[in-house]
Amino acid sequence: MSEEYCPISVLVRNEPGVLARVAGLFARRGFNINSLAVGETEDPQVSRITVVVKGDPHTVDQAVKQLRRLVSVIKVRDQSTMPRVERGLALIKVRATPAQRGEIMQLAGVFRANVDHVDGHCMVIEVSGNRNKIEAMIDMLKPYGIMELARTGQIVLARVRSIHQGMEGAGSAYVPDPDEDPQATYNVYQQS
Amino acid sequence: MSSAAKAKNKPQAGTYNGADAVVDALRAQGVELIFGMVGGQIMPVYDALHRHHCFGHVLVGHEQGAAHMAEGYARATGKPGVIMTTSGPGATNLVTGLADAFMDSTPVVAITGQVASTLLGNDAFQEADMRGITMPITKHNYQVQNADDLPEIFAEAFYVALSGRPGPVLIDLPRDVAVSPCQPRQATPMPPTGYKPPFKPHPLQVERALSLMAQAQRPVIIAGGGVIHAGAHESLRKLAELTGFPVSTTLMGLGGLPADHPLSLGMPGMHGTGYANLAIYNADLLLVVGCRLDDRVTGNVAKFSPGSKVIHVDVDASEIGKNLECQVPIVGDAGQALAQLLAGAQAWPERPDTTAWRKQIDQWKKKYPMVYPKSDDVIAPQWAIQEVGKLLAPEDIVVTGVGQHQMFVAQYYPFRRPRTMISSGGLGTMGFGLPAAIGAQMGAPERQVVCFDGDGSFLMNIQELATAVRYRVPLVAVVLNNAWLGMVAQWQRMFYDRRMSQSETAAPPYDKVAQAFGALGKRVERPEEFVPAMQWALREAKAQKLPVVLDVMIEREAKVLPMVPPGGANAEFIPCQSGDCQ
Repeated sequence: MSEEYCPISVLVRNEPGVLARVAGLFARRGFNINSLAVGETEDPQVSRITVVVKGDPHTVDQAVKQLRRLVSVIKVRDQSTMPRVERGLALIKVRATPAQRGEIMQLAGVFRANVDHVDGHCMVIEVSGNRNKIEAMIDMLKPYGIMELARTGQIVLARVRSIHQGMEGAGSAYVPDPDEDPQATYNVYQQS
Repeated sequence: MSSAAKAKNKPQAGTYNGADAVVDALRAQGVELIFGMVGGQIMPVYDALHRHHCFGHVLVGHEQGAAHMAEGYARATGKPGVIMTTSGPGATNLVTGLADAFMDSTPVVAITGQVASTLLGNDAFQEADMRGITMPITKHNYQVQNADDLPEIFAEAFYVALSGRPGPVLIDLPRDVAVSPCQPRQATPMPPTGYKPPFKPHPLQVERALSLMAQAQRPVIIAGGGVIHAGAHESLRKLAELTGFPVSTTLMGLGGLPADHPLSLGMPGMHGTGYANLAIYNADLLLVVGCRLDDRVTGNVAKFSPGSKVIHVDVDASEIGKNLECQVPIVGDAGQALAQLLAGAQAWPERPDTTAWRKQIDQWKKKYPMVYPKSDDVIAPQWAIQEVGKLLAPEDIVVTGVGQHQMFVAQYYPFRRPRTMISSGGLGTMGFGLPAAIGAQMGAPERQVVCFDGDGSFLMNIQELATAVRYRVPLVAVVLNNAWLGMVAQWQRMFYDRRMSQSETAAPPYDKVAQAFGALGKRVERPEEFVPAMQWALREAKAQKLPVVLDVMIEREAKVLPMVPPGGANAEFIPCQSGDCQ
């Protein structure tokens, strides 16, 4: 089976130790986390953890189901099966002689990246976008000499109006999803 | 220490504080018995217990014993077992018991003391990060930050432990929270959270399952511990009888269908009956209920049941499809699912004809009977277990340790009722037997508890004999003593060319050990002595209200058979030695 990057959205109760629970679950089941991002949602009681895992569909399906077992977890969605907006951010410190600056700034322009710092021998470029775009930018800058690199985890939102929409026939829908309970009225999904 | 700090640490009688809230919360949950051990950081709660004098408390010899007692209590009664210990070593000693409860889905609530919040993370005396340590082995855990949260935390903890797939929950209670003043009050109803254990099976999936069942020609039901947890044994029996589907019960599911029921196939898996394994291998339909199909059940998964369609009922969706591909998943309570399947099957215009299939199974039963070599000189453990089965009532409880004796019990004890078989299945915890038997006997005083143990396993928590004597627990422990770590020795004989590395024990005379603890003890060496000794033990345990230990010398090289070699296919089992006893 093919291995793919799957972003999984995990809405959790915003309480101490919850990230350790989620990350620990992946660690002890031997799932390799590719990236991880955490932040509050519009409801301060709820945080969204976006985990990107690489694995075959069975592995990812197991990860989703295991996550659902955690008491602190409110909702889990495998986002890989739906249209989505995906963003991560990278800060790249690249070697740049004064003569190379113009060239690098042109590259940055192509990627809609910002130049945050320039001095006599380096520049810091800030680029945001999906995984492929960030990796393309990094590849372009490699020949100049990357001195340091910092990346955030990817964050993902589905394009559909609510997360329930567009799920028919997707992914592991063959198992009746406990999240699909119409009684579940967590305000996160009540907006238009 | 400043006088202000001193005052803060001193329990203030007369002011309602966190410890009182703990006691009230336990009372609100209807807790009747706590298994625990007092120590520094939990003392405020023990002080509150003393002031309120409203609970039974069992003071144990070792915290691991408390955990297994709580498990035994929970498994016998269906109510949550409650544990209370101090911080640090008191709490870490629970780890094995909590892991055991987690693997066997046993509802347990553990309350552990913790150093004061201000000292957390400082490596203070008797500090251990119990939240971190128990995260992978509890269903959920809490560290209380504020005494005002206690009613909600306790209400949620008990709900989580008991609902859905049951499991252990831990509440870590820093000392300052236990002594800080708060208001007495009842828990307000729980806020909506993500925790919504699925309960109702999806009707569409039930329909699909029924249509597969209607077409089945070689069906087998595999019933696991979930059937016992859900109290679904009656529906299981009725469904089996209505459809004629034979039933194999796993170690945790024993008692889900009476062992002497004509449709009973016994246990599947590594030490399962040959006919259960052959039936599953040749089946065209498996209805798996409340069973997680672990590797001891499936053996080599690819050759477990290659030609069958699988209907898998489990309250925990993550178990479905985890080990075995499944065509019809039913997420929900085993009781509801079986009741709905039963109702659906009752409406069938005609039932599948499984006569030929059952005839085939009867042939396998004849070909691969459960037999063992007979002897007039030494006690065969299988025989001893069968004899005890004749002496006990169907509702009496059998508890085991872990090892050969456990498998002999699973194979040869005639379990007839649910919640009569208590054993450590998933974790395989040696030392489980004696404390679990104490907990079971305390939870079900009207039923006789018999603990079968091995000499190696019994030694591991033997200190709890003191507990059993102190609380006058009238259990009977039958130590099947072969002076080996028997299961290890069996593997060494069968798969390690008889290199008996470190598997011979130097077991003390357990009858004398029992007597030294204040219990009754008797050594049994000859087959003709066994039944009278057992009758004496059952009689004296009741009459004197004391535990009785029978140190039973058994055949030293008895093997647990049938056996599927590790990693092998279940259908390629090593059959029972041709013998005479059945």
